[in-house]
Amino acid sequence: MADVKKIATRESYGNALVELGREHEDIVVLDADLSKSTKTNTFKKAFPDRHFNCGIAECNMTAAAAGMAAMGLVPFVSSFAMFAAGRAYEQVRNSIGYPHLNVKIGATHAGISVGEDGASHQCCEDFALMRAIPGMVVLCPSDDVEARAAVHAAYAHEGPVYMRFGRLAVPVIHDEANFKFEIGKGEQLTEGTDVAIIANGLLVNEALKAEAMLREEGVRARVINMCTIKPIDEEIIVKAARECGRIVTCEEHSVVGGLGEAVAMVLAQKHPAPIRCVGVQDVFGTSGTAAELLERYGLTAGGIVEAVKSF
Amino acid sequence: MTNQERRDLSVFACKVRMGVIESVYRAKSGHPGGSLSAADIFTYLYSKEMRVKPEDPKWAHRDRFVLSKGHTAPGLYAALANRGFFPVEDLKLLRRLDSYLQGHPNMKTTPGVDMCTGSLGQGVSAAAGMAKAAMYMGEADVRVYTLLGDGEIDEGEVWEAFLFASHFALYNLCVIIDVNGLQLDGATKEILNTAPLADKVRAFGFNVVEIDGHSFDDMEKAFDAFHACQDRPTAILMHTHKGKGVSFMEDNAGWHGMAPNTEQYEQAMSELRAQLAELEAANG
Repeated sequence: MADVKKIATRESYGNALVELGREHEDIVVLDADLSKSTKTNTFKKAFPDRHFNCGIAECNMTAAAAGMAAMGLVPFVSSFAMFAAGRAYEQVRNSIGYPHLNVKIGATHAGISVGEDGASHQCCEDFALMRAIPGMVVLCPSDDVEARAAVHAAYAHEGPVYMRFGRLAVPVIHDEANFKFEIGKGEQLTEGTDVAIIANGLLVNEALKAEAMLREEGVRARVINMCTIKPIDEEIIVKAARECGRIVTCEEHSVVGGLGEAVAMVLAQKHPAPIRCVGVQDVFGTSGTAAELLERYGLTAGGIVEAVKSF
Repeated sequence: MTNQERRDLSVFACKVRMGVIESVYRAKSGHPGGSLSAADIFTYLYSKEMRVKPEDPKWAHRDRFVLSKGHTAPGLYAALANRGFFPVEDLKLLRRLDSYLQGHPNMKTTPGVDMCTGSLGQGVSAAAGMAKAAMYMGEADVRVYTLLGDGEIDEGEVWEAFLFASHFALYNLCVIIDVNGLQLDGATKEILNTAPLADKVRAFGFNVVEIDGHSFDDMEKAFDAFHACQDRPTAILMHTHKGKGVSFMEDNAGWHGMAPNTEQYEQAMSELRAQLAELEAANG
């Protein structure tokens, strides 16, 4: 594993914007004085006239993007998840969601792995906030290949899309040549019928590691990458429940309102099955390195194995 | 402006006010006070200032209007109806279940409405975004107008939008503030004093014009100043009377968000009918 290529999905976001920008003149990018961190500065270098720095004023930036979309442009709005989904929540709801405008929100530095900045910046509520908005698509890609594909898919989709990217470099687990991305479709990564592990973001790689650990012990796990939290792929969840009987969800998000609850709602209504939710257990984070924090909150292969064994 | 033009505008404004009273009375809720203070600016914008096509409400090169003080939708709807965007009779559908005339403006359902608004402070940002987009698209001749309440400017986002508009020199953006001096809970100077407002907006980099918000002549001069200014956004601070045109509603914060009862409705309509008759008589 030592040679595995690692890229932060925020880097993928910046690169995909440039790819899209070359093809489509209607794309503009808005940032709130974080372009070096969100990586929209990659786009800015390529297309300086199409990158609008709005200053540290996320609420105005978000509603201004709505106005731009109403004029026919396709704005990508970027900030840290805490501010894109949190600070500007009501602008996203009322100015983008309600009119169903064609704005794409690129939120970086999401989750606990933002690290040393601490709890004020560790947004673990964005899935919950964005899922609750009617018509909003919510994506959380797992690696560079999927992140770039998700940005392209977001552009192709007519309507608002929330995309979550991480600060931490994560292993590339997809083979670009054989990868197809579709909004609303889960991706089964391993065969197995003893338990299904449904994960997204950086926890997909941890789920794959957990699968290998479990295999050593004779437990065959089905790993499903659920990049799209909304609209959730009900079919793949019901199939997993029917064939595996037990479900473990894994997300770098609060267990309140995120992937776990989305999966649990499908199970409860379509095919009841026991479920365990790996995630941030309704607490605020703390400063520390990403690795320390992921360990502290159980967002690791070990934490997933433990959840599997808890049935 | 000729006397005839002035009288025509006054007739239109009177009809807007009648539409406000009629629709809010029928809905048994809504915001008559700020709709009436803005009736004259709605009139001027839709009769003279803005390039719009009622028969083609989504015409790409139209000027845009964003009602940032979205609660005064009854005034906007009455102006749009009288301009021919939809039938005046439909004003009675205001706030009804599934009506295309929602309690606050909805761009998806109402012909002529350019943005969903209602949550204060957001409309001005959307308008600034529209103006910026028009410039980026090489269509800076498309003008964007937005109307704010003087209570609304308590919202911090308004000032973020002002910084943005000024920074990007959005000379195609016209911010109009309805300075009626009252907000829901009382006088703006007692709730959260924004004075000296003109100085503040000027300090944010705007071309500021102060006018009597019930004078069409003043409006003509103010919009001339807007058209002439090519390096900054313009702000028109128009001093108005909340509830203007209905004697017992004028300058009374109580009529911010309350519908008249039957007796009050009859009195208001009879006052407005008298005003209309007088204007039409003068027209000969």
